[in-house]
Amino acid sequence: MKPFTYEKASSPAQAATAVARERGAKFIAGGTNLLDLMKIEVEAPPHLVDINGLGLDAIAPTDEGGLRVGALVRNTDLAADARIRRDYGLLTRALVAGASGQLRNKATTAGNLLQRTRCPYFYDTHQACNKRLPGSGCAALGGFSRSHAIVGVSNACIAVHPSDMAVAMRALDAAVETVKPDGTTRRIPIADFYKLPGSTPHVENVLAAAELITAVTLPKPVGGTHVYHKVRDRASYAFALVSVAAVLQPDGSGRVALGGVAPMPWRVEAAEANLPKGAKAVTSSLLAGARTTPQNAMKVALVERTLGAVIADAGA
Amino acid sequence: MDITDQLNISRRGFLKLTAVSATVAATPPLVARAAVPDVARAPVTQQVAMEVNGKPATLSLDTRTTLLDALREHMHLTGTKKGCDHGQCGACTVLVDGRRINSCLTLAVMHEGSKVTTIEGLGTPDALHPLQAAFIKHDGYQCGYCTPGQICSAVGVLDEIRRDVPSHVTADIGAKATFSTAELRERMSGNICRCGAYSNIVEAITEVQEGRA
Repeated sequence: MKPFTYEKASSPAQAATAVARERGAKFIAGGTNLLDLMKIEVEAPPHLVDINGLGLDAIAPTDEGGLRVGALVRNTDLAADARIRRDYGLLTRALVAGASGQLRNKATTAGNLLQRTRCPYFYDTHQACNKRLPGSGCAALGGFSRSHAIVGVSNACIAVHPSDMAVAMRALDAAVETVKPDGTTRRIPIADFYKLPGSTPHVENVLAAAELITAVTLPKPVGGTHVYHKVRDRASYAFALVSVAAVLQPDGSGRVALGGVAPMPWRVEAAEANLPKGAKAVTSSLLAGARTTPQNAMKVALVERTLGAVIADAGA
Repeated sequence: MDITDQLNISRRGFLKLTAVSATVAATPPLVARAAVPDVARAPVTQQVAMEVNGKPATLSLDTRTTLLDALREHMHLTGTKKGCDHGQCGACTVLVDGRRINSCLTLAVMHEGSKVTTIEGLGTPDALHPLQAAFIKHDGYQCGYCTPGQICSAVGVLDEIRRDVPSHVTADIGAKATFSTAELRERMSGNICRCGAYSNIVEAITEVQEGRA
């Protein structure tokens, strides 16, 4: 780990100002991803601004009938909240499908959205990676790519976004609230939050430099049956090969988002009109234009079968 | 479309970059790591005060020191083990303010005022914690390296079930969390035992949960 200076922030805007002051400075909350990357020097911030004391850890009702989840609400607490379990069961299901109990006790709501990819070539500093070192190439393209993305990819990067929580947030139409160093705030629908890699895979979202997430809001509950089905190499404590987040209504309509297949939580609203026709029809529009490698081509069939199981479960 | 046919183009760019970095810095290819300029920085020392196993501790530490290293190298509480040092094995599990966490993935300086409990704070050889006694009775280990983490994690698991935290195998997340073997196995999945003592670990924790220890 490279040496760094450390301070505790006193307010969200002060935290943003402190990060803006020094090039490469970073916020730290749960730290479960950042410190992991700092140990192998994929990340080497010269300054850390600890936002844990900012009190952004409440889950409160919004005027619109939804919930505002503070940026620092731990994954365990969000999953266990009675309102989330009752009205946003998909979110609880996605949260408890991710990581381990120890990590969920530390990991925060905002940090989960900002997780970096688990692409092994991003972690291996002896390999080419455009996300870690722009312009160095992508070792995954000709490497071991079984876990990699099949939609939204580019010639520069085929890494997947590793979050389970973000997939549920995407299906639930969550929005991200932020503050900038000048104190201005904004609200970003999660559909507009992530960026596809294109030729700049190191740019993963629309946040400006030193912009701090303060909360994630959930719109009023939509009812329906909530299912999160994660397919992985181990039954627990493993990242998704494919995951399906779905909210299905009794009339056959619904929402579907996918994890494990793209550089961001993957949802194509137009594909959802095909839900009454079944998993095959939905999958073909969700994964239209898929660019697979020989190793990850099986994910197309895996999505269709997993979605089929989800639809069958919801109807049972 | 299969994108591995793009490989030749990538490789050409890759070789070009390798040649450039070799000329400029005479370093092995592709060892450049973070995007932030790699300038030499001096270590930074900071003070932190926390309570460890009921006793106050004030330490002056390099900011890079993890809670795990502070416990082991500075307070000489070597019961907590370093396995992977990346949050994957659970050997470093301790309780901070009553919750189980991976002490390898948190900085000591972030724990000003925290109450930390390690395996040394749960029981002593003369007065074992019920889980320590049950692990011995049921042979819940072979080499024992993962055991402190397993036991601290188990304390956290039983508390999380009491506090109604759901898990991946909870059938009805609307109902109150309950204890079962399936729940225990899922909730303990962040603690790896390379000796494979899992079935005995499950028996030990189950006995304590059922109040038979």
